[in-house]
Amino acid sequence: MSVVKRGTVYGTLLNFRGELDALGPKVNEPPYKAPPQAPVLYVKPANTWTENGGTIVIPAHAGEVEVGATVAMVMKSAHEIFGYVLMNDVQLPHESLFRPPVKFNCLDGFLGIGDRIRARNEAGDPAVFKLEVRVNGELKQTVRFSQLLRPADRLLADVSEFMTLGEGDMLMLGCDAGRPRVRAGDRVEIKMPALGTLTNTFVAEAA
Amino acid sequence: MKRARVIHQGVVHNATERDGQLLLEDGTRVWQDQVTWLPPLAPLERPRTILALGLNYADHAKELAFKAPEEPLVFLKGERALAGHRQSTRRPAGVQFMHYECELAVVIGQRAKKVKRDDAYDFVAGYSVANDYAIRDYLENWYRPNLRVKNRDGATPLGPWLVDREDIADPMALALKTTVNGQVTQQGNTKDMIFGIPWLIEYFSGFMTLNPGDLILTGTPDGVVDCQPGDVVVTEIEAVGALMNTIGS
Repeated sequence: MSVVKRGTVYGTLLNFRGELDALGPKVNEPPYKAPPQAPVLYVKPANTWTENGGTIVIPAHAGEVEVGATVAMVMKSAHEIFGYVLMNDVQLPHESLFRPPVKFNCLDGFLGIGDRIRARNEAGDPAVFKLEVRVNGELKQTVRFSQLLRPADRLLADVSEFMTLGEGDMLMLGCDAGRPRVRAGDRVEIKMPALGTLTNTFVAEAA
Repeated sequence: MKRARVIHQGVVHNATERDGQLLLEDGTRVWQDQVTWLPPLAPLERPRTILALGLNYADHAKELAFKAPEEPLVFLKGERALAGHRQSTRRPAGVQFMHYECELAVVIGQRAKKVKRDDAYDFVAGYSVANDYAIRDYLENWYRPNLRVKNRDGATPLGPWLVDREDIADPMALALKTTVNGQVTQQGNTKDMIFGIPWLIEYFSGFMTLNPGDLILTGTPDGVVDCQPGDVVVTEIEAVGALMNTIGS
């Protein structure tokens, strides 16, 4: 990670078909009333960052957390992508997507960040990225980025219509439905051959 | 003390207010219109966490036809949303409703984790004025208010000053006022916040660590109106400052 100074990390909601499918008719019901038009983004602030290999603390009041396996574009400039990196976008389980999820996904340590950034010529076409998520060695989820509603380049273009990303800023492509749930003691590995493995172990909050 | 960061003759300076002028660190005094103003915050090694409250004044919540919240409505923004005093903020072509929001900004002074509200002010460095513009045309009901509404480049002016905590006797009793082209359009008082500063610091630091330089924008009272290109918008908070911005196209 030392090549680029990390900037602001943005996540993207509802960029996988599976997420919208999981909502079903709720998408058109109150409070949402319509499917999203523009990209739906959120910020993962610096207090959430955990390095590859680091432990992530589950607060005492929460039994389980959800693992959000994804890939982020790491920006070189406003319109140039430096490379791609694995991310583990952790959140507390919650139903409503009406309000920003700050108290569910901005907890300390709730974003595992991979340590291998690879440019497109090494990482390959993001439209065919495929991640495998293992919990304690067992395969729990396969994430196929062919299922994105906005592929990487389109997402970046649509986001850039209303805000400018800068060097080191990261834009996560989205987390598919079926996020594995994990507890203290679980070890999570997110793997894609070209981007390596992002490993984080979950631990209980100290009393 | 009132602190600023400005560009004078191509160089970034830390400055303080002195008899209506700016005193630069090298001893030079300059007039306030002789500099380019930056947000009054020292640069950080890691990106600054910027928390912003919605519907945090009972009257504004009523105006927007929502019932007053039982817990704070909070969203985050990136640092590129910030702009300095006397800058211009762009109104996108074709939108119907772009409004200012005059807000007391709290700047965190030391690392805050699980802070109790009685101790909260110990973790505050000072205060500034934010104008948290919103473009209501872009509101959608997913993570509302979404970033397209609230995280636009340069659409959150901040300043002119960072006023030291010690200089503000009671930040929960300050008059707020916005003028558009000199006409008063918004008036309120920080005493009418639903969730006050000590409560907010306890709440946020209960689940996320706040770090020096992080910001909490505490929401805006009743009285937001549409602004058009060319309008001069001044958001002012008693004892903290008057932040000027011009709407650009």
